[in-house]
Amino acid sequence: MMNQLRTKILSPQLFRAVAGVLIFLSFWYLLTEVLKLPRFKLIPDPVSVIKEWVSFDPMSGRSLFTKEYYIDIAYSVGRTMAAFTFATVLGVTLGLLMGWNRILYDFTFPLVEILRPMPPLSWIPLAVLILPGVEFAVVYVTFIAAFFATVLNTLLGVFSIDRNYFLAARCLGSKPKDIFFNVVVPGSLPFIFTGLQISMGIAWMSLVAGEIISGQRGLGYAIYEGYFLYQFPQVISYMFTLGILGYISSAAIRAVGRRLMAWEARRRGA
Amino acid sequence: MAVSNGNSVMSKGNFGEVRLEGVTKIYEKEGVSHPVLQDCMLHIPKGKLTVLMGPSGCGKTVLVNLIAGYERPTSGRVLIDDTGVAGPGPDRLVVFQETALFPWMTVYSNVVFGCSVQGTPKKAIKEKAELILKKVGLYEFRDKYPSQLSGGMQRRAELARAMINDPKIMILDEPFRGLDAMTRQLMQEFYVGLFEEVGRTNLFITHEIDEAIFLADRLIIMTYQPGRVKAEIEIDLPRPREFHLLASPRFMEIREQAIDLLYEEAAKAFSSGSKAAYDLVGALVAQKGACKPTCTPR
Repeated sequence: MMNQLRTKILSPQLFRAVAGVLIFLSFWYLLTEVLKLPRFKLIPDPVSVIKEWVSFDPMSGRSLFTKEYYIDIAYSVGRTMAAFTFATVLGVTLGLLMGWNRILYDFTFPLVEILRPMPPLSWIPLAVLILPGVEFAVVYVTFIAAFFATVLNTLLGVFSIDRNYFLAARCLGSKPKDIFFNVVVPGSLPFIFTGLQISMGIAWMSLVAGEIISGQRGLGYAIYEGYFLYQFPQVISYMFTLGILGYISSAAIRAVGRRLMAWEARRRGA
Repeated sequence: MAVSNGNSVMSKGNFGEVRLEGVTKIYEKEGVSHPVLQDCMLHIPKGKLTVLMGPSGCGKTVLVNLIAGYERPTSGRVLIDDTGVAGPGPDRLVVFQETALFPWMTVYSNVVFGCSVQGTPKKAIKEKAELILKKVGLYEFRDKYPSQLSGGMQRRAELARAMINDPKIMILDEPFRGLDAMTRQLMQEFYVGLFEEVGRTNLFITHEIDEAIFLADRLIIMTYQPGRVKAEIEIDLPRPREFHLLASPRFMEIREQAIDLLYEEAAKAFSSGSKAAYDLVGALVAQKGACKPTCTPR
């Protein structure tokens, strides 16, 4: 156990990862503090960002040690999770059914392909007009693009299933429902999970845009507020907060995927 | 992978026979009709191992699909024990070219799949599955996924998945394709042992002439486009079949005869420009010249 930990800490991967981050930080420092490029005049250097981030008494009133910070996170995480959950449940269901039923596919595919490229932000006016309250509108904007990404990936997942599996299932005496649950669902899982990682990323992007334009509270809103109030260190610390949250949510999806697809991992020889 | 004695495990003995009566299958492609099978008469007798050979494009796979019930003939009838085929069903099980084990299920779940979707009680399934897994030598591997098995083990799992349903007919469409030569030879021996033990009606499709003669009770050679039966050869080699038969004079005799028949069809296919036929002619010319068994006798 201790040994494992030690090899991990001393591994070249970890060293390279840390080195990569350090190089990035020093470039940032170089641009803002050493070279003092004109366009970088207002940009805080990494040290002041970190100082603000861990301050007990932050200028912006938002740091690791304030309640505000965690309320912002809770709002954003709550919205993203709600939107992602809806997008996954509805998107996977629709995608599976579209891949499974030719008639449904014919009815829906052109529509999906028209709605899919619409940028999430373009939905804001409609969302605000139709939905009862700004909160719903932000969640809707977060949901919509993630939903279409999930539909499309699930559909591709169904199409990726080898024809022989269907033939084998039929000749072994399967009824349509057996084929759906034993072939269509597990066979498309690898694509579905790739899709979920993409849709999670899309959800975060849309969320911040939605919060900036019509939100109240939340990380995106606070970034915009920080911009107007000239609290740039807080803007940057919130950007990194978003990055970390995105990373954690992707890792969580990967972990669930690995559990559900033990057969896949073994196929890849992992 | 020794085959134990006693055949009660795997068979209720309700084997079937297949008859194709004047079966024609025509595909329309860009307004042109391609008759793949034309007026094909074929009899696959009960409890025998019938092997089908022919150049690529002679409609072997279509024949499999018709008997399995995936497709309907354009005209003519496909009869299983005098009953017309209405669709796929577990009385006619197909073992596919490349493995069609579900990669997301363990070996055990794959093997019991047919029984569980047909609603056999769990306990009965378990007993049957354990016996059959032991028979094919995969009992210790029952909780593995197909990707964790070797090629030969995958094929054995697939045989088990089919046999557990006690089908009237087993259809094997080039089941050993893609295996390396040694594994292929071992699988042939293993399979022929299973067949000799149970005596189920089997239709086996292959490109390999040695494999065909080694396994078959009857060898059927198909004509090239449109496909129909060109010749039937009774293979009177003694059973149980063992690999030293490949060097016996009788084997050579049958082989010579079969190659001559196949060569004619392959040449026809060749002159029509089929790439696969070109390869087959090449292989046959090489075999005609040297006529050495490709497998070394033990």
